[in-house]
Amino acid sequence: MSNQNRTIYGGKVNREKPINFVFNGKSYIGYQGDTLASALLANDVHLIGRSFKYHRARGILTAGSEEPNAIVQLGLGARTEPNIRATEVELYEGLEASSQNCWPSVNFDIGAMNNFLSRIFPAGFYYKTFKWPPSMWLFYEHFIRKAAGLGQSPTAKNPDRYEQKFYYTDITIVGGGISGLLAALGAGRSGCKVLLIDENPELGGYLLDYNFSINEKDGKKWLKKIIEELDGLANVTILKRTTAMGYYDYNYLTALEKVTNHHVEFSNTLPRERYWRIRSKKVILAQGAFERPLVFADNDRPGIMMASAGQKYLSRYGVLPGKSVVLFTNNDHAYLTAFEFVEKGAKVTVVDTRDLLNARISEKCKLLNIKVFKSYSVIKTYGDKKVNRIEIQQVDKNQNQLTGEVENIHTDCVLMSGGWNPAVQLFSQSRGKLKYDLKINTFVPDKIIENQKIIGSNNGQFNLQENLNESFEAGIAAANELNFNSVEKVNWTGKEEIEFTHSDVEPYMLGKKKVTKGSKHFIDFQNDVTAADIFLAQREGYISVEHTKRYTTTGMGTDQGKTSNVNALALMSHIHNKPVDEIGHTTFRPPYAPQTIGAIAGRSVDKLFDPVRKTSIHEWHVENKAVFEDVGQWKRPYYFPQNKEDIHQAVKRECLAVRNSLGILDASTLGKIDLQGPDAAKFLNMIYTNAWSKLEIGSCRYGLMCNEHGMIFDDGVTSRLGENHYHMTTTTGGAARVMSWLEEFLQTEWLDMKVFCTSVTEQWAVLSISGPNSRKFLEDLTNIDLSKENFPFMKFREGEVCGVKARIFRISFTGELSYEVNVPARYGRYVWEKFMEHGKKYNITPYGTETMHVLRAEKGFIIVGQDTDGSVTPSDMNMDWIVSKKKEDFLGKRSYTRSDTVRHDRKKFVGLLVNDKKTILPEGSHIVEKALKQPPMKMLGHITSSYYSPTLGYPIALAMLKDGISKMGEQVVVPLMNGKIIEATVTDTIFYDKEGKRNNE
Amino acid sequence: MFIINCPYCGERDQTEFTCHGEAHIARPDNPSEISDEEWGRYLFFRENPKGTHFERWTHDHGCRRWFNVMRDTVTDQIIKTYKMGEAKPEISNE
Repeated sequence: MSNQNRTIYGGKVNREKPINFVFNGKSYIGYQGDTLASALLANDVHLIGRSFKYHRARGILTAGSEEPNAIVQLGLGARTEPNIRATEVELYEGLEASSQNCWPSVNFDIGAMNNFLSRIFPAGFYYKTFKWPPSMWLFYEHFIRKAAGLGQSPTAKNPDRYEQKFYYTDITIVGGGISGLLAALGAGRSGCKVLLIDENPELGGYLLDYNFSINEKDGKKWLKKIIEELDGLANVTILKRTTAMGYYDYNYLTALEKVTNHHVEFSNTLPRERYWRIRSKKVILAQGAFERPLVFADNDRPGIMMASAGQKYLSRYGVLPGKSVVLFTNNDHAYLTAFEFVEKGAKVTVVDTRDLLNARISEKCKLLNIKVFKSYSVIKTYGDKKVNRIEIQQVDKNQNQLTGEVENIHTDCVLMSGGWNPAVQLFSQSRGKLKYDLKINTFVPDKIIENQKIIGSNNGQFNLQENLNESFEAGIAAANELNFNSVEKVNWTGKEEIEFTHSDVEPYMLGKKKVTKGSKHFIDFQNDVTAADIFLAQREGYISVEHTKRYTTTGMGTDQGKTSNVNALALMSHIHNKPVDEIGHTTFRPPYAPQTIGAIAGRSVDKLFDPVRKTSIHEWHVENKAVFEDVGQWKRPYYFPQNKEDIHQAVKRECLAVRNSLGILDASTLGKIDLQGPDAAKFLNMIYTNAWSKLEIGSCRYGLMCNEHGMIFDDGVTSRLGENHYHMTTTTGGAARVMSWLEEFLQTEWLDMKVFCTSVTEQWAVLSISGPNSRKFLEDLTNIDLSKENFPFMKFREGEVCGVKARIFRISFTGELSYEVNVPARYGRYVWEKFMEHGKKYNITPYGTETMHVLRAEKGFIIVGQDTDGSVTPSDMNMDWIVSKKKEDFLGKRSYTRSDTVRHDRKKFVGLLVNDKKTILPEGSHIVEKALKQPPMKMLGHITSSYYSPTLGYPIALAMLKDGISKMGEQVVVPLMNGKIIEATVTDTIFYDKEGKRNNE
Repeated sequence: MFIINCPYCGERDQTEFTCHGEAHIARPDNPSEISDEEWGRYLFFRENPKGTHFERWTHDHGCRRWFNVMRDTVTDQIIKTYKMGEAKPEISNE
C-alpha cells in the first residue's frame, strides 16, 4: 500500500504528479511538493537511521534545517552526499537515499549493541579509556575513526560546477517568513534595493502551516497577495532555497543557493550551487525560531517529533504521521496542532506539564473529545523501531516527585513542544549579545553591534499582531535610515486561534529511572548526549559551558545544537542553581548549516586554482619536450631530456655543454624593475649593502638586499642605463616582494626621494647564453662590439640582436663567458629560434634550472632562499666584501653590530666534499658533532645545496656550519636517514675556477 | 571582513588590502649613533592595545599606496584612514 498515511484531502502537494524514489533499496511513491521526510512518513517509514554513539533507532524529529536525526546519504557515485537532512530534500524523480551509521542494515544493526553497553560509554569515555599508554593512541584511533563518522564521502571527483556571486545591496533580509516579508515590503515600497533570502522553496515560513486571520479574513490569501506584490517590485530580489551561512564584519554575509541540486537531472548550463558574497548597508534578521524538545526518558524513538513538525507534515504535505497521537506540551500554542490532528481524523491525548489551563482551550478540548492530563509527565516510552506505548504519571511539583498511578497510553506518534528558541545563530555571529528571557525561557537578542535590525520571533516576539506592524515598520525605518522616503504605515489586525504566551521551565522530566543514572533523557539527539552526561560533566568539573560542550559533545554535530543548546544550558543552570545568564552560552560560528566545500571554492579549481605564468619562449620548451618545474607561479624548464635520458644524464650533458662550448637558458622569469629619478643612486645606496654612487653608465653591479634585521632577503644585478636610470634584477620568486619593499620605503620613510619603480619582468625576454664559444657565436648576430676590450665583464650595451633591439648584460651565473640578451618579450621566441639555428655549429644546448643550479654551485654562487633562510647575514655567507664600511647608513647596517650578529660561533657558509667521492648528501641533512645511534645528537649545521658535479666528476655540497671558517680542512660527519654515516671534508665554497678567469675571458 | 576607505580610491573590500602592523614607528635618523636597546625597540617592540590602534595598510590590488588606519581592536571599527605623513589623529575618549 502506498501513501497510507496521506490524508484524503489537504496539503499543498500535487497529487496529480506522483514521483518515484528509492530509500534503502526499496521503491516508494511521493508527490510533487514533498520532501524526502514527508514522503517517507506518508509511506509509513519512520526508521530513518541509527544514532551516532548508541546506534539507537531514530526517525524524523523536525521538518526543517534544524533536523538532528533524519540525516541520510543522498545520491550515488560521484554525486553522493552524506549527512543530508531528509527534512530539507525536495523530492525528485529517481531520488535515491539510504540510512547512515548502520551495518548491515538500518533494521538489523550490529552496532546497536552499543545501546545495551551504554553504561560503559558515558560522556568522556574515549578521553578516559584511550588515554594510556600514549604510544597506543595511533592504534586506538584507527578503530575509533572507523566506528565514528556518519555518512560516506564520495571518492570520485566532483562532477559539478559551482558559481560565486558578489552582490551589493542596501538592505539584506534573512528569512522569508511573515516578518521578513513585511520588512521587505516596507523597505521595498520605499524604493531601496532589497535582497530577501529564504532557505525554503516557498516563502511564508511558519504561517504556511498554521491558520490565522488578517482583518478577520483568511490570512493565507492575504499572505499570497503580499508575496505577489514583492514579486512585482523591481528593486526587491528574492532568493529561495538559499541559506545565509556566515555573518561577518561590516555586514558581509555569505549565502548558499541551491540552484539545481533539487533536480535529478544536473544541468549543463546552470551550476549546482551558487555561493553569494553579500555586502549590505543594513541587514534585517528575521530567521524565526526553532521549537524546543522536551527532555524526557526515551524521547528519541521514531514516531516522537516536534509538535510544529507534525503540524507541518499534516497541513503542508497532507501526511498524518500517526493515528493515535499524544501531544506532550508545556505551552498553549501547541494545542493548535492537537486540534488540527483531531480535525484530520486522529485520536489525540494531551499530556501537559502545567496544572492550570486556559479556559477556552479546556472547552475546545472537551468539544473535540481530547483528554488532557494536567501536571503530568511522560516517564517512559516503548517501541523498538517506532514508539508504540508511553507511560505517564502525575508530578508533585512541590516535592519534585512522581505521584499517583502510572497510566499507559498506546500511541503511534508523540508530538512534543517545549517552547520556542529564536534562531540567534547569525545574530550571534555578528557579535550581537544575548540575554536570557525568563518569560519564554530562552536566549533572545539584547545588544546589536552591526548596522542591523532583528525582528519577529527571531527577536523573541511571538505575537502575530505585534509582529505584523513592527516588521513592516522596521522595513520602512531601515529604508528611512538609508535616506529613502517614508511610505505610509498600514495597520493590520492579525489573529491566531491561540497565541503563544510563555512556556514552562522544565530542565528535564522526571522518569522511571533517576535522570542522573542510566536513563536516556536525550538532549542532543545527533551526538547521543543525555541529561545524565551533562550531570556527569558537572560532577567531573567540566562546569564552564565551553568545557561541558566539548566533554559531552553536546551541540557539536552537523546540526550544531539547533534543537539542543538551550536545553543543555537550562539543565546546567538547574544543576548549579544559577540563572542561565550566569551559565552563559557557547559561541556560534559560521557556517549556519553544513555547506559544500565546492561552493566555497567556486570556479577556483583545476586550472583556475592558481594562475600559471609562462615566458614568451614557453611553447618552444614544450615542443622540445622540456620537463618543467614550478618556480612560484612560473613554469620553468627543469631539464631537456634527449633520447630517453633520465634527469642525471640530461643534466650531465647540459652542464658539460656549457663548460665546453655553448649553452642557452630562458631566464625571462628573473624579476626586473625599472628605476628612474634623480635620487635613484641615493636610493640604491640605502637598499643595497654595497656602494652605488660611482657606478658608471653602462656598468653592472651585483647587490645584496637585507632587511633591517641585517638578514639577506634578495640579491641580483643592477645596471646603470642612463644618468638617472637603472635596471634592477631580482630572484624569480622574490620579484613581487622586492617591488613591495622598494615601494614601502619610498612611500613611508623617504617621501622626499624622487624615484619611480616599475615592474618590467614581463616586458623583457631574457636569453642567457653561456660557455667559451658564446662570444664567437653572438658576434655573428649583433651589431654590438663584443671584443674583450670594448665590452668587458660586468658591462651593459645596447644594440641589435638578430635585427631586434636588444640590451646585452655581460654577467655570469655559471662562471663561464656569458651574455644575458634581453629583447622585448614579443620577440623572445623569434630570437631564441634564430639562436638555436645559428648555434648548431657550436652544438648550442638548451639547459634548465637544474643545470643552472649545478653550474652555480660549482662556482659557490648562493641562491637566496636555498642557501639562505632569512636568518643569515652577508658575513655568514662570507660576503663581507659586498658590505660597505664607508656608507653611513643602509637598510640592515645597524644590525651588524648587534650582539647576536657579531657572535663568533654563528653558522658560516662552507663547501663540503664527501670522502668517498660518490655519496650525494641529501639537502637538509644535518652535520653533527658526533654520530650516535639515535637522536639527540649535537648539531653543527646543515647541507643547503648538494649535487653531482659533471665538470669535476664527483659530488659537491654547500652547507651552513657552526664556526665553519675556522674548520677549513677538518672532517665532519653527516648521519643519513638510512643509518649510514658519511664523512666529509670542509672546504671553501668555490669548487671550480677559483681565480674566476673564465668569465673574464 | 572590513570595508576600508582608501584615502586615494575610496571604499573598497578588505581583500584588496594588506595590513603591515603598527604605524608611526619612524626609522631612526641616525642608526649608527643609537644604542642596541633603542635599535632593538625600533626593530622588535610593538603595541598590542585593547582599543584604538594605528596601523599601516597597503592597497595592493588597487593603487598600491601605503596609508594609515586608525582602528578599534575590540569592535573592529575603522575610525579613520589617512595618508602617510599626515599627523596621528587624537584618540577621543567618548
